[in-house]
Amino acid sequence: MSEAVVHEDHHEHHDHKPTGIGRWLFSTNHKDIGTMYLVFALIMFFIGGAMAMVIRLELFQPGLQYVDPLFFNSMTTMHALVMIFGAVMPAGVGLANWLIPMMIGAPDMALPRLNNMSFWILPFAFALLLGTLFMPGGAPNGGWTMYPPLTIQLGDAFPFLIFAVHFLGISSIMGAINVIATVFNMRAPGMTFMRLPLFVWTWIITAFLLIASMPVLAGAVTMMLTDKFFGTSFFSAAGGGDPVMFQHIFWFFGHPEVYILILPAFGIVSQILPTFSRKPLFGYESMVYATASIAFLSFFVWAHHMFTVGMPLAGELFFMYATMSIAVPTGVKIFNWVATMWRGSLTFETPMLFSLAFVILFSIGGFSGLMLAITPVDFQYHDTYFVVAHFHYVLVTGSVFALYAGVYYWLPKWTGHMYDETLGKWHFWISTISVNVLFFPQHFLGLAGMPRRIPDYAVQFADFNMVSSLGGFVFGVSQLLFVYIVIQCVRGGEKATNQVWEGAHGLEWTLPSPPPFHSFTTPPKVTDATAHS
Amino acid sequence: MFVKKLKDGVVGAVTMFSLLWAGTVSAEWGLNMTPGVTPISREVYDLHMLILYIVTAIGIIVFGVMFWSIIYHRKSKGAVAKQFHHNTFAEIAWTIIPILILVAMAIPATKTLIKMEQTGDAEITVKITGYQWKWKYDYLEDGLSFYSVLAQDSNEARQVGSSIDPAGVDHYLLDVDEPIVLPVGKKVRLLTTAADVIHAWWVPALGWKRDAIPGFINDNWAVIEEPGTYRGQCAELCGKDHGFMPIVLKAVPEAEYVAWVEEKKAEAAARAASGDKEYSMEELMVNGEDLYNKNCASCHMANGQGVPGVFPSLLESQLTITSEGLAEHIDRIINGKGLMPAFGEQLSDADIAAVVTYERNAWGIDTGDIVQPADIKAAR
Amino acid sequence: MSEQNVIKTAGKLGVLAVLMFGFGYALIPLYNVFCEITGLNGKTGTVSSQQVEKIVVDMNRVVTIQFDTNINGNLPWRFKSVEKKLRVHPGEVKDAVFVVENTSDRAIVGQAVPSVAPAEASIYFNKTECFCFTQQTLAPGETKEMLVRFVVGNELPDKISTMTLSYTFFMAPEDKQAADRKENTTEQQI
Repeated sequence: MSEAVVHEDHHEHHDHKPTGIGRWLFSTNHKDIGTMYLVFALIMFFIGGAMAMVIRLELFQPGLQYVDPLFFNSMTTMHALVMIFGAVMPAGVGLANWLIPMMIGAPDMALPRLNNMSFWILPFAFALLLGTLFMPGGAPNGGWTMYPPLTIQLGDAFPFLIFAVHFLGISSIMGAINVIATVFNMRAPGMTFMRLPLFVWTWIITAFLLIASMPVLAGAVTMMLTDKFFGTSFFSAAGGGDPVMFQHIFWFFGHPEVYILILPAFGIVSQILPTFSRKPLFGYESMVYATASIAFLSFFVWAHHMFTVGMPLAGELFFMYATMSIAVPTGVKIFNWVATMWRGSLTFETPMLFSLAFVILFSIGGFSGLMLAITPVDFQYHDTYFVVAHFHYVLVTGSVFALYAGVYYWLPKWTGHMYDETLGKWHFWISTISVNVLFFPQHFLGLAGMPRRIPDYAVQFADFNMVSSLGGFVFGVSQLLFVYIVIQCVRGGEKATNQVWEGAHGLEWTLPSPPPFHSFTTPPKVTDATAHS
Repeated sequence: MFVKKLKDGVVGAVTMFSLLWAGTVSAEWGLNMTPGVTPISREVYDLHMLILYIVTAIGIIVFGVMFWSIIYHRKSKGAVAKQFHHNTFAEIAWTIIPILILVAMAIPATKTLIKMEQTGDAEITVKITGYQWKWKYDYLEDGLSFYSVLAQDSNEARQVGSSIDPAGVDHYLLDVDEPIVLPVGKKVRLLTTAADVIHAWWVPALGWKRDAIPGFINDNWAVIEEPGTYRGQCAELCGKDHGFMPIVLKAVPEAEYVAWVEEKKAEAAARAASGDKEYSMEELMVNGEDLYNKNCASCHMANGQGVPGVFPSLLESQLTITSEGLAEHIDRIINGKGLMPAFGEQLSDADIAAVVTYERNAWGIDTGDIVQPADIKAAR
Repeated sequence: MSEQNVIKTAGKLGVLAVLMFGFGYALIPLYNVFCEITGLNGKTGTVSSQQVEKIVVDMNRVVTIQFDTNINGNLPWRFKSVEKKLRVHPGEVKDAVFVVENTSDRAIVGQAVPSVAPAEASIYFNKTECFCFTQQTLAPGETKEMLVRFVVGNELPDKISTMTLSYTFFMAPEDKQAADRKENTTEQQI
């Protein structure tokens, strides 16, 4: 991109706000791109959710009623890929786009053109991926972890899967570069690093994780591609390769990926709890260091996903101890949140309710995570529904709940209208109850011996599966309420004030609601008093 | 109104915890891990319970403090926020205490793990090989070798739209034709490997699972203390019928085990001799249907139509419907190709003869070809 | 803020991303070195015959070596070991014989891959000669006897008393691709 083009671009924006389809297609505005990311994530959330409904419908009772096992495997594989890469990650990037410039006192993101590209790659990547559903031989069905040799058996869909993963990787790396470039170069005067809101901090760390781990995934799938079509043998034992090698490389990406999904959620909750407790965040510095150490440790724990492949004792012990040690900084974060609420003046608007549920339910996911870290017991838990319950507690009641909290929290700022609080609370209570009915019994199923990724099961697992499916259907349908609430809020409603929430602090709340097209055209002065409460 | 909702929430959370608690004490409800039947599985169970109790206690304390805030420090009760945001003592305490708890967990875990690795001095070694989608057991000392596939009644019931009620099937999806038989009270070494993709062999009663990886051999061990039948499943996604390759382990007293080995050896000798016999069309069709359903139907389906785009239809293959295809048809079953496994080592001459005859005369193909074991022998 | 600083930051991060892509590939040799040192995944060691002469035989210890054979996928070969097991002293040089037969009507290239269980024992299992060092070509119906000469290191930990040496024969990757192509064309012809 040449300098001239950049300048021309800026002029255009200063003059007037573009209209029509062109506004979205060629948008370089952080708010418009943020909105597109969020809408895209919501659409993907419903596509991935529809797949989950198919899974729960088939598992409603023993016997195969609706789909054949191969299609079932496609559903579990695609559900994971769509939810991780299509829903949760883009939603996080959407929030980052909307909020980071407003939080650090910048007019826009540092690299607006890159921002536009990184978004528009996504629909293409997902067209490639979802298109495989209509191919002979079906969509990818070897699990989202794509282990060879099973995934190499995949038919026509194989290259589409690989290239979709490449595109998704490129998109998120570009997004991450943009976040770091923005925060490093565009902070308002006085906005030192230790005055950054925690949401911004968690996103910087997430962005580094993305840049360090996504290329490794791209490398792993490229090796698999050349193994299948160009006669290399990275992962085939016949040519001197090793299928377990793929698992090592995959999880070297995969474990940081887990934190890519959850760290922005930590950031969101760290913004919301102080607001509704009317109290500053407890232990700001230790929050920053805890987040950084979680991210750092995440590169040394990958093999806990593969204890059962058969490692030497020393390896198993190392990865067990390293994994257990992550509980310490995670614990610090949870204790800090609880201490933030302690002796506060609490009110319970929808964002707060989702954040409270996040703290409790994410902790339950953390507890089962600690159990999974214990190697000898993991030999029992591994690849059972106990693991399914664990990561859904962390990702649904963790990441997704935090994203909901964030959307309710900032929606009045974005739209200029208050959402319907009563409906928001309904959405919260129905979701929270049904999500627990959905996932809690899965702990029991796993402990009782039900493996994951099976389309049919022995009759002793029938009762809990039925309960779980019922919870799943209610949870699935109740998310439509969220769409209704958002649309209603965009269209109108009670005018939101600039500060919106009584206890809200931070630069974004000094802007009008909705904020102007360019957030801060003249940088604000930040002092200790105006920084993160 | 809101307070009521919150109370409901608290009641819900309490119910959830009591459920969790119930889970820890009543194994018979299928809520919890079972202690299993080996010294290792009992240690694993104890470890599981220890950590479950620890995290439950931590949860009660942390969530207790949180709910205290939620109930007493609310604005509607006139609470005024204190503006503190640091407490060095508390921050150090809640870093150090978790570290101590983790160390306390790590010590017994390390001890158990070291014991699990002691695979030496076993009296019996069984090699377990994972196939898409069955298991093979090789008794290395006795030279016994056999395959173990999903039991036929489960296999029929699990087809899409079979309209057979799984509840009426004996051990639905957890039953096989040939269980692995092991003696009680002896140290048994179990090796795992695979012939195609990665599988994982898991019998919960033994307290562990282990991946079966092509080209690599893993080892593990067990001393089973109580006679009985223990069931498990493949635990690593291995393709279409991953959910349909169960494991049944029969633990029997020593004497019974010795008798079983002798019986198996005699059976193997009889099978080897079956290649010289001549069969009638009816015999071949009856045996063929049975063998087809066991070995072939998971891909080519019970009606021979396969899965479009993945597994070819036998009704349209030149190999099965034309007489020119016969030699290649036999070759394909013996040697396999691509995704089609090689059955040459798994099935006897008589078995392959029956399957080939069945495939050439079922579902209205009716080539009239009768293939005898001698033809298969010649083709090998 | 300046445009230049932004480009500089973005450039550095882009380089980092490219380096990490390379790091994914670098993990392969790193992993192999790691495996050789730790015996991860049962990769066995290799010693030269000169080194073997220097090893002291420990006559007080006996270790049982089991032999195991596997055929991967659709390779139409039969593969057996002559000895089921051998009892050896650490440091002692021993031979084991394996027999392989091509049961098909075409010449096939195969590659044997060794693996040792328990994994921790594998670094003490040293081969001076092995049919797994090179690819094996078998004519239609050919039977071949193959030799492994090995020595168990005398620093083998006391807790290990039984080891399994397992070989899996794979169809060589080039041969497999050629075979798949050939069979695809025959399929079309019929």
